[in-house]
Parts: sequence; structure tokens; C-alpha cells
Amino acid sequence: MYSRAYKAGVTIPPLLWVTLFLLVPYAILFCYSFWSVSSLQVVLHNWNLQNYAQLFRNPLYLTVLLRSIRIAGAVTLLALLLGYPLAYYLSFHAAKRKDLLYQLVIIPLWASYLVRGYAWKTILGSDGVLNGFLQYLHITHRPVEFFLYSPFAVILTLTHIYTPFTFLPIYASLEHVPRNLVEASHDLGASPFSTFLHVILPLSLPGILAGATFAFVLTLGDFLAPLLVGGPSGIMISNIVVSLFGAAYNWPLGAAISFCMLLLVVTLLFVTERLEKRFTIS
Amino acid sequence: MNAVPLSAQVEHPTAEPLLSIQKVEKRFAKRAVLCGISLDVASGEFLTILGESGSGKTTLLRLIAGFEQLDGGEIWMGRERLDEIPAYRRQVNTVFQSYAIFPHLSVFENVAYGLRAKNAPRNEIPDRVTQALAMVKMSEFTQSAPSRLSGGQQQRVALARALVNRPRVLLLDEPLSALDANLRRQMQIELKSLQREVGITFIFVTHDQEEAMALSDRIALLRSGRLEQVAEPREIYGHPRTAYVAQFIGQTNLLRAEVRDGVATAGAIAWPAAGPSGPAMFSLRPEAIRLASGASANTSGATAIFHGHIRNQTFGGAMDSLEIDCGDSQAMRARVPSPGALSGQQQFEFNAGDVVRVREGSEI
Repeated sequence: MYSRAYKAGVTIPPLLWVTLFLLVPYAILFCYSFWSVSSLQVVLHNWNLQNYAQLFRNPLYLTVLLRSIRIAGAVTLLALLLGYPLAYYLSFHAAKRKDLLYQLVIIPLWASYLVRGYAWKTILGSDGVLNGFLQYLHITHRPVEFFLYSPFAVILTLTHIYTPFTFLPIYASLEHVPRNLVEASHDLGASPFSTFLHVILPLSLPGILAGATFAFVLTLGDFLAPLLVGGPSGIMISNIVVSLFGAAYNWPLGAAISFCMLLLVVTLLFVTERLEKRFTIS
Repeated sequence: MNAVPLSAQVEHPTAEPLLSIQKVEKRFAKRAVLCGISLDVASGEFLTILGESGSGKTTLLRLIAGFEQLDGGEIWMGRERLDEIPAYRRQVNTVFQSYAIFPHLSVFENVAYGLRAKNAPRNEIPDRVTQALAMVKMSEFTQSAPSRLSGGQQQRVALARALVNRPRVLLLDEPLSALDANLRRQMQIELKSLQREVGITFIFVTHDQEEAMALSDRIALLRSGRLEQVAEPREIYGHPRTAYVAQFIGQTNLLRAEVRDGVATAGAIAWPAAGPSGPAMFSLRPEAIRLASGASANTSGATAIFHGHIRNQTFGGAMDSLEIDCGDSQAMRARVPSPGALSGQQQFEFNAGDVVRVREGSEI
């Protein structure tokens, strides 16, 4: 039984916030995507679909978009391959070390994203730690160039940065798997592996989906890692948007690309949320 | 026959036991939960492990199922050392207190789970699942999702899921404790007839002594990790070995008496008692006490008489409960056919044969 004033008091500020700082900018962005830029670099309010057409006509944008999706897919896969076993171990076998290990996974999140990006730069560079180490061991005789400034470097860096985000929801869902179901499965004659396959894995699907969505969406929109360690071959779609809004001064085209990305991500979130609901059993 | 030493006969009253628990020890973080439990279970038996919470009864069950490791002792099933094989290779199935129905599988798939895990022939599975579900009267729910079932229905599915594997021993961990009283009574009857039908050994854990008496062939009463008494329900009720057993199973009056020359005396009450002289503890069930009609009052050896003041009378339909003040701070509880309202000083009697000498020192 809350008063109307109370209800208004708690709902209006966040609504206002979302409207002002999310919906309105998106609306402006949406409008921009239908405008164009004159040769004198003036934005003309002549409504047209040229920006969207260019997006699909110019192979550069599609190539970079596909590369971004590939990188995001690779990071998602790697983050799952690293995050799931870790979460599984912590949840089922770590026992007393659980809290400590959990903190160790979380701690990197406290370090600035930028610091971690630069750390990889110093590790992967031609004078970097990795090359120095390889030469010291006489495995290589010259610095290996492709470590840094490549999609490989971007994938490595982003996997490192986003694995905790994948780990957390998986860990949470594993913690929610009732242990008596695991015992029931053993009791009914299923081996530990079969139990994992038929009980633990299906019941942790919502966590896997949430974790994968995190890694994929965050990677897809990332622009700092490609900037720091990507080089020309590691450019991602966000870098193009950034440059269109900056040096290239083509806000309308930038807005069109942004809007396509937004659509992609929202669709993805919508689908995964539906799937998560389907796999979540009360 | 003659060649067999007597002690061996006593140790193995029946043929080879199906399940043999030998000197089992279990500790949790240095706290002893089970201390040297030895217990044989015969094939086809309905054995109840009875005890209050914390007595270790669920731990004992989990050791048999294989969810916990022994800290000492052995568990044998026939000629197989059970405690050395993992839970998923034991021919034992469990009905969990919380049912533990797989929420992501249909009722059918839940019941089929064990069959699939053990690679039963594919074409056999549907028939066996259908049969098992029919046995627990759940046929119409075959394709239901578990979340749509009530607690009682989930209980039945859990039972079918365990029985479909035809285990040699079925373990039941307080399976009825979450059900309401009516459903519980109904399930007790069904469970008992089901057990007779399938002939599988049941080991049933409960804290409810009435349930234990209604269902069991034998009751093993566990207290703080030790077996207090193992006996048939009638035996354990009629001849409790210790004061604890007498108090835990049904109600009783514990009489601290002095035995001398074959007569036990507790306050103003005296009755003939065998056994060694000295202080002793006796148990007298409330229903063994009768209101003495003045005429029949006699002091023949078999009947003891005492007087007491009625402190409280609780109407219970056919039987009333009486609290009797016998003086000397000795209080007695009696259950008598409803006599109408009573008050003041009354005369009571009981048969000396109904008083049971119990071991002292282990009162509740």
C-alpha cells in the first residue's frame, strides 16, 4: 500500500533519466541516419536512405562488420571454454578454496580496462615480454610481429577482459543447480560424466546464454582493444563509427551504422532472453 | 547343526543378510555422527531407522546410498563390499526427502532416467516406465512437467523413478514428512502394500515413531549416532531396553524404584519384580493403568494398586488421558476408556507383567 506520491517519487526519476539520456539521444541518432553531409561539411536535413544504402554497397563496412562478428564469436567461444570449466570447478569441487578463487576471478575487474589493454600491448609487442621470452628460449630468433596489431591480439585481449563477465552468470547458475539432483542422478546409475551432460549442463544453460551474450555484445561494440592492439587488420566496426563521428565528420553515416548495430544487439538480447526463459525452470 | 557354535547362530538368526552394516563410523569435522553402527537387513524386510533430528539416521542412509564416505567399518551387500563402489554402481535407489525430481525432464523422462543410465534395452523402456507409473497411480501424468505436480504427486513419481530400476534395496529418507496428515496416512498404507507387492527391501528413515510402528517389520532406534535398540515394533514397544526407548516410542511412565526381595517399590507403589536387587528404572505404559473398581481391588501378586489425585483429565473420544498425582512428587499418566468426569482421589491398578525394567542412565 504505497501512496501515489511515493510511487511517482520512485518511478519518475529513472524514467526521466532513461528518456533524457537514452531515448532522446537514440531518437536524434535515428534522425541523423537519414540526413547527409554536404561537401562543405554541413549536415543537410534532406531525408533519404543513402547512408543505409552505402553501408551495404561499400565492402569496407560489411567486411569490418563481419570481422567484428567473427571476433565477437571467437571471444565468446573462448570465454565460454575458459569460464565454464572454471565456474564448474569452483561451484562443485573447490570446497574451501571457493571464496578465494572467486575473488581472484573478480579482482581483475577492478583494474582499469585501459591498463589491461596496455598490459597486453607490452606483452605482445616486438620488444614485448612474450617475444623476449621466446627469443631467450631460442624458440624464435627474431621478434614475431603478428602477436601485436592483429585480430589475434584483439581476441586475446578481449577474451582476457570479458571472461569474468562470462564466468559470473555461469557460476551463479551452477550454484543454483540443486545438489540433490546430482545425487539423484548418481543414485539412478548415471556416471559423473553422464550426470554432467544430462543434469548439470541443461540446468546451467541460462547461465551459459547470459554469459555468452555478455561476451558477444560487449566485444561487438568494443573499440579500445582494436585501437590499442588491433592495428589496421584488427579494426572493428566501432572504430569506424568513432572515426565517422570524429575525423571523417560524417555523423549521418556513423549514425546509420550505429543504428544497425543497435538493432543487431537488441535483437540478440531479445532472442537470448527468450531462450533463457525457456531453459529456466522454476 | 550340532557342529555350529552357539554364538554363530545368534549372530546370524536368518540366512545370509542382504545388507550388512558393520561397525560403521562417520565424523563430520571431527564430530562423531555415527559411532560403531552394526546392523543386518534381511531380504524383503521393511526396516525403519528411527531417531530424532541429529541422531545420524539420514547420514546412515546416505552412507548406504554412497553419497558419503565411511570413516570406519564396512557395508556389505551379499558378498559385495558396497562402501568401496561409487554410488552410481550400487544396486540401491533412494527416494529423497525433497523428492529431487529433475525439473527439466517430463515425468516419463524422470522415471526413464535410471533405465537409460544403465542402458536398458530401448524397446523395454516405455513399458517399464508405464508399469512403474501405474504402480504409483500416476499414469495420467506421464507427459506432465514436474512443476505442475503437487508434493504428493512428485512423491509418487520419485517412488516410481526408484522402483523402476528394481533395486535390491530401496532407501527412503523421510519421504512422507512434507505431506499433510491425511495424505501421509494414505501414503503409509500404499507404501506398505507396495513393498509387499514388489518384495524389495525397504530401509525407511523417519523421526515419527507412529509411522515407524505402522510400517516396519523391524525398527532400529538411533540416538546420537548409536543404536539404542533394534527390534520388531511390538517388541520395542512392549519391551523397551532403555528408558530412552520407552520414552521415544509411545508415551510411558518412568518409575525409579528400589528392588528388594523380588518386590519393587516406588514411593507408595509396590509390585513384584524379578531381577537383581538395588535401584532400578521401570517403564509402565499409560494404557496399562486401569481405574480400579473397589470390588475387584485385590492385592494378589499379579496386580499392583495405587492411589492418586487426579490433577488433569483430557477428553480424547474413546480414551481419556489422566494426570495422576501420587504424592512424593511422583506423577503418573494413564489412558483409560472414557470414564466420565473424574476428580479427587482415585484408586488405580496395573498388572505387574506390564511393568518393564529398563536400563537407566539414558533418559531423554
